[in-house]
Amino acid sequence: MTSLPKGTARKLGLVIDLDICVGCHACVVSCKEWNTSGYGAALSDQEPYGDEPTGSWLNRVHTYEVTPSDAPAQIVHFPRSCLHCENAPCVTVCPTGASYKRVEDGIVLVNEDWCIGCGLCAWSCPYGAREMDQRAGVMKKCTLCIDRIYNENLPEIDREPACVRACPTRARHFGDLNDPESSVSRLVQTRGGMDLMPEQGTKPVNKYLPPRAKREPLESFASQRGDSDRNAGSRSAGLLDWLDKALERLG
Amino acid sequence: MHPAASVIFFTTASGAGYGMLVLLGALAPSGLLPTDRWFGGVALALALGLVTAGLLSSTFHLHHPERAWRAFSQWRSAWLSREGVLACLTYAPAVLFAASWLYFEALSGVWGPITAGMAILTIYSTSMIYASLKTIPRWHHGLVPPVYLIIGLASGAVWLVAVAAGVGEIPGLLLYVALAGIASAAALKLLYWRSVDAAAPSSSPGTATALGHIGTVRQLEAPHTVDNWVMREMGFSIARKHIRKLRRITVVLGFAVPFVVLGGLAAGSLPELPAALLAVVSVSVGVVAERWLFFAEARHVVALYYGRVSV
Repeated sequence: MTSLPKGTARKLGLVIDLDICVGCHACVVSCKEWNTSGYGAALSDQEPYGDEPTGSWLNRVHTYEVTPSDAPAQIVHFPRSCLHCENAPCVTVCPTGASYKRVEDGIVLVNEDWCIGCGLCAWSCPYGAREMDQRAGVMKKCTLCIDRIYNENLPEIDREPACVRACPTRARHFGDLNDPESSVSRLVQTRGGMDLMPEQGTKPVNKYLPPRAKREPLESFASQRGDSDRNAGSRSAGLLDWLDKALERLG
Repeated sequence: MHPAASVIFFTTASGAGYGMLVLLGALAPSGLLPTDRWFGGVALALALGLVTAGLLSSTFHLHHPERAWRAFSQWRSAWLSREGVLACLTYAPAVLFAASWLYFEALSGVWGPITAGMAILTIYSTSMIYASLKTIPRWHHGLVPPVYLIIGLASGAVWLVAVAAGVGEIPGLLLYVALAGIASAAALKLLYWRSVDAAAPSSSPGTATALGHIGTVRQLEAPHTVDNWVMREMGFSIARKHIRKLRRITVVLGFAVPFVVLGGLAAGSLPELPAALLAVVSVSVGVVAERWLFFAEARHVVALYYGRVSV
């Protein structure tokens, strides 16, 4: 049934810290590595060693430049994958019931035996999180590593999504966003977790933590840009301040 | 959005077929169309042929057409499923309507109006597959369903004119219905273009990345060097000058030429069959151009992640 559940007992999801992601793509590679041999059809590649290599990936990392009106530009690395939305449009548009949201933990999954490969769920997703596998002809998406997080054959430390486990800077966090006491909920609370494209009404479960505010650019750089007629470090009293005043007196 | 040939053929052919069924079912029982078996037989066969060819073509873009039967199950939530269910259900009253017309020669039954009603619902659900997608602002628009409906009716009416010309005389009412259909289709489509051209974007790279509160967001580096499936499917775009040309082709071939030709027929100044066939060819090419543009002009918000500034 592709109607959405009224609510889910838990809301498992990711919290991604844009302040410390370094854009190394380790999460992308570990996701591909785990999921090509895990849940459902393999993540195929087309022409992997040819001129135009392409393939199915469930996680992609963009790099953006963000330029404030009054400060230098900053770089933000931006991992993008399924947000396991509460109001998932990809579920309700599916004509076969292959696309569904689990009542117990809110994970959005595709039943690949029912998928007809029409692609409509990918059209309905604002985040480009679903990719049609060109070999299997079924829709692939993030499963939140459902075959890891409940897998009792794995050591407990590994029972989290492959992308989270692989992240060398701990920019990715996994947990229950329905539990206000969970570490992910507290992160969202203290750091001001953000929704992507809230105007789409999808109510994403995954949250993004904004980059922390940058310090003011050093005065020395301001003076080098020529928009200050004071010396570097002249804000503080001391030798430079004395020199500044002495030179002023010289005219 | 990538304009897939199978989907363009499906929506235009089945649109015209259902348009014919609406007009046949609504007008024939009251004697407003020719009631002879030749007209009824050819018109119904053509209508159901167009519908069936369109529906079959729509399965060509599926990766697993052998599982297509599963698509009938989710009619409670999904427009694609509703469309499939209604399309198949419409065959029942249509066949009974055909039987009552061609075999029992009793046109006045309920099957004509029921066929017409079901055909309208089917075109409407086809249009809602697109209009329900919030991610594509040019589709998520109130004029999309009316445009689908009126273009189906107008092109269906032109086909019926040709059938009538082929088997006998063109009834005056049918010509006026076709003329009114073409004129309203043109008016609605022009209104739609005007509206989508002026629409303010609802999403931006700033809302897509949630970084807009810091400053202007620009993609510095893409996640991959070669276009992936998402970009090939949803990143399709054509140059503005080509859009203008295709819009002109749509207006001229889809609306102006058939309107003038049918107007000439109404004035009795043209040979019936060649003129009617010209109108059919012209409206078909024009509507295919219109539908191709419907896809090619539509932009998906996911493009905002890949460097597009607005959609």
